[in-house]
Amino acid sequence: MIRINCPYCGERDHSEFSYGGDATINYPSLDASEKEWTEAIFFRKNIKGFQFETWHHSNGCRMWLVVERSTVTHEIKSIKPCHPDLQKVVKNNK
Amino acid sequence: MKTRRIDNYGKINRDKILSFRWDKKNYKGFEGDTLASALLANNIGIVGRSFKYHRPRGIFSSGVEESGALVTIGSKDRRDPNVRATTQELYNGLEASGQNAFPNVNFDLAGINNYLGRFFAAGFYYKTFMGIPPLEWGKGTAIWMFFEKFIRKAAGMGSASGLPDPDTYEHAHDFCDLIVVGSGPAGVAAAIEAAEKKLDVILVEQDSLIGGNQLAENDFDNSQIKNQLENLGIKIMTRTTAFGLYDNCVVGLLERVTDHISEPNVNIPRQRFWTIRAKHIIVGAGAIERHIAFNNNDIPGVMTVNASKHYLNRYGVLTGKRIVITTNNDSVYETANQLSEAGANVTVLDSRTNLEIETNKSFEIRKGYVPYNINGSKKIDSLDISKSETINKSETINCDQVLLSGGWSPAVHLLSHRGVKPKWDYNNACFLPSDTKENITIVGSSRGLWNKNDCIASGIAGTTDALNRLGLSKTNYFFPKPGGWKNPIQPLYEVKYKKSRSKSFVDYQHDVTTDDVRLAHREGFISVEHLKRYTTLGMANDQGKMGNIIGLSLMAELLNKEIPEVGTTVFRPPYTPVSIGALSGRNVGKHFRPLRVTPMHQWNIDHGAKMIEVGLYQRPWYYPKENETLNDSYIREASTVRKTVGICDVTSLGKIAIQGPGSTEFLNRIYSNGFSKLQVGKARYGIMLRDDGIVMDDGTSWRLAENEYFMTTSTGEAAKVMSRLEELLQTRWTDLNVNVTSVSEQWAGVSVAGPKSREVLNNCVDDSLVITNNNLPFMGVTSTFLKGNIPCRIARISFSGELAFEVYVKSDFANTMMDLLWENAKKYDGCLYGLEALGALRVEKGHVTAAELDGRVTIDDAGLSKMASTKKSYIGSAMRKRGVLKNNDREILVGFFPTNLKETFNAGTIVCEKNNIKGQGIGRITSVTYSPELGHWIGLGFVKGGLDKWKDTNLVGADPVRNKQMNLKVVSPNMIDPKGERMYA
Repeated sequence: MIRINCPYCGERDHSEFSYGGDATINYPSLDASEKEWTEAIFFRKNIKGFQFETWHHSNGCRMWLVVERSTVTHEIKSIKPCHPDLQKVVKNNK
Repeated sequence: MKTRRIDNYGKINRDKILSFRWDKKNYKGFEGDTLASALLANNIGIVGRSFKYHRPRGIFSSGVEESGALVTIGSKDRRDPNVRATTQELYNGLEASGQNAFPNVNFDLAGINNYLGRFFAAGFYYKTFMGIPPLEWGKGTAIWMFFEKFIRKAAGMGSASGLPDPDTYEHAHDFCDLIVVGSGPAGVAAAIEAAEKKLDVILVEQDSLIGGNQLAENDFDNSQIKNQLENLGIKIMTRTTAFGLYDNCVVGLLERVTDHISEPNVNIPRQRFWTIRAKHIIVGAGAIERHIAFNNNDIPGVMTVNASKHYLNRYGVLTGKRIVITTNNDSVYETANQLSEAGANVTVLDSRTNLEIETNKSFEIRKGYVPYNINGSKKIDSLDISKSETINKSETINCDQVLLSGGWSPAVHLLSHRGVKPKWDYNNACFLPSDTKENITIVGSSRGLWNKNDCIASGIAGTTDALNRLGLSKTNYFFPKPGGWKNPIQPLYEVKYKKSRSKSFVDYQHDVTTDDVRLAHREGFISVEHLKRYTTLGMANDQGKMGNIIGLSLMAELLNKEIPEVGTTVFRPPYTPVSIGALSGRNVGKHFRPLRVTPMHQWNIDHGAKMIEVGLYQRPWYYPKENETLNDSYIREASTVRKTVGICDVTSLGKIAIQGPGSTEFLNRIYSNGFSKLQVGKARYGIMLRDDGIVMDDGTSWRLAENEYFMTTSTGEAAKVMSRLEELLQTRWTDLNVNVTSVSEQWAGVSVAGPKSREVLNNCVDDSLVITNNNLPFMGVTSTFLKGNIPCRIARISFSGELAFEVYVKSDFANTMMDLLWENAKKYDGCLYGLEALGALRVEKGHVTAAELDGRVTIDDAGLSKMASTKKSYIGSAMRKRGVLKNNDREILVGFFPTNLKETFNAGTIVCEKNNIKGQGIGRITSVTYSPELGHWIGLGFVKGGLDKWKDTNLVGADPVRNKQMNLKVVSPNMIDPKGERMYA
């Protein structure tokens, strides 16, 4: 069981969270071309090692998080809210 | 073999006599016995029949590694098969029986398999029964499937009761700083050290008593240790197995709460499944003594040396009269001393020629000898022995018991669960745990430490390691070196039998012999993983705890390699079996998954609703009047809606409050149709696409105020849509000031539909002016009050195609609203309607639901091209016309009529051209219903090219599953009132 340290709720079981996906994608603007969207949606890296990915604390505070997790060992190096304003708030609280 | 209870030995309570039944006969034992020790005390040697050969089997061990004494405990619905007699505590009234034998373990008709041994070598069944030529050429595995059920029956272990489990199980959770697995000297030392350093400690022991292998010592008393542990505040969990280690120091435990009690309190669970989240794990799981492979090494009376010591000193049972101990290491001599002191005639065969050993000289040591062959079938008559240098029978010793020690295997299983491969130690002829970066430390004989002081030292060192890793100390420590015997162990795995067809067992439980391993090698199954699967070595309950190393050594020899080059299979959880009941815990029956009900659930039932599950929700399905079937009922309900008025609970729809200055822009981006011009007081139907242009969900959004919307989603997609909106706002569009809140539980919703719906509603609202056609036109929204000052939201929305309203009140007012509406609907001969009628009404109108929007459908496929704005960009707009999505022959939403209007069809029917009925056809029917309005069956579905292509063609509906076929014609999906005059009325 992976334990994820939610910046708002504290350390919880991964079963409280839902996996999102690759957190490093810059989604193109809505009026971008089909080609740009195809790149963003379908062409993904299959990383062995640490990757940034989104997790949703769906059975908790409902915050979307960027988690830096090793795909080999599940070790988690860093966790922060996706939303930059939430990042500031969490930081100020700590 | 003559086994018997002797005086002045053991830690059993001889004042407390327990009676039990074994194979339908009554016996007696004492409190503190296991079933195995009680059977031995009653001189019962044969307790089972082996897996394939049906050979008589006795008790090989005194613990979890047992692979012979697997028995069935209990009867009827409490029958528990494949229980290790060696770990089953005795209780008064215990009922047990042997397995895999008919009529019983002493006389088993299938024992003939033993003489047909050459037919039962590894892979025999598959080779013989699979693909028998020429019968099965080109026919797959049909014959194998036929024979398989007989083969499975002949081989095997006990069988489950087949009845529902009457016991309850529980899931429990805990946290601690340090969890120590194993209460031997190392584990206890670690726990005490940690508690003294103020750590919060849990100590787990699979046995009923703490002490580990010290329980096999004659002078061991654990009461003092227990007091010390308790005084330090350590949580001691006995009868609890740490069956698996998981990520982030999570440990799975199985606590056997009542398995040792004759009449347990029904209010406590039988077993508890614990999830422990620790900061550090110390494993002191001990080591397991191996046997030696030689001919007939499975005759009842064969046992590990340590097991015999256990039976003597813990249970007061002397396991033989004339005992031969065979060994390759020093660990047996204390046992030899004690067995001979207890009155047995003991001979030790030590494979080593050079050794110095101190003994009490009451027994003979034959240096340089190994066991060669056991004579006997149901019991040991004698043992042929051989010189270890040249293997051949040299002489025969009369005996009734042969004790084996082929060395010790540290229990590296738990570390293996974490993907840490053990390393081979040549000096000690065993696998040792490797280091890991995780917060796990191995102590005691699990590290290959063979004496107690080293174990204690390793326990203290282990806790220091834990404290250092937790950042609580920076203390130097060292672990004692593996080993601890005076004379080095001499590797001894197999003594080869000279005659052909030996029965030298490597894995007792699955009847895997040394010949099977050689056969696997000859046939090319040389990797350990292949060897395991081909011979089934190391499978089943014991998971090769005793035999694995022997199998590896044989394969290494055959390959001319060293054991570490051959490798070892990965041990996976669980360490010992975990019952399915414990895994499911309380999540059984109605508690299998959460149940969601609407606030008017009871009201619906009280008014005659039959319920149906939709996702987790219980929704009204239909409201039968007396003697009405489902069909009768929904047809009446749907007709009533079209004629007068009907009321339907739609609370299960997802409801989301969308607030903030960016709300309009937000909706405009997520819906395919425009929302920027939606006025306050109006609602709009909208479709959301996924990034890849496929339809995700549909629903309505109501503009309640300049910056406030109320969104409804489909029942099934509610959670997904909510997560999606949050994701977009938190990750992609962080500049939009919008807040989304799920209010699904806060609002109770009802649909009031039918030509009389406005009249009904008129009587229910305080101010009837608010719902006139002018004040509340189609898609209008109003916030007003129901009679009794109940605040409500009303939107004029229609799913049925009739004049209709959705009314929402706070959930607390749900029943009041229902009473009010129903009272007034009755005045117009209205009805309550359920999901089935709702479905009929929407199919008639060609409205899509999840049956159509199945994740493969585009807006155009669903016939909703008008809903795709060309004036703006939105999620999915770039992708909805990509590649195959723009093909001309996409399947498009249509309606279906049977050509012969008396015929029926089912959802799932494949639509084909008349002379080409095969494969996936040209379309499919997704929803069907009887249409009360049209008076025949109708369907919704998809067909390649859509209505324009097929409207005058006769098509065929093929339903191979139900063996049905009918002629179809394609019609517009909007089968009733295509201009929508009723809706706008």
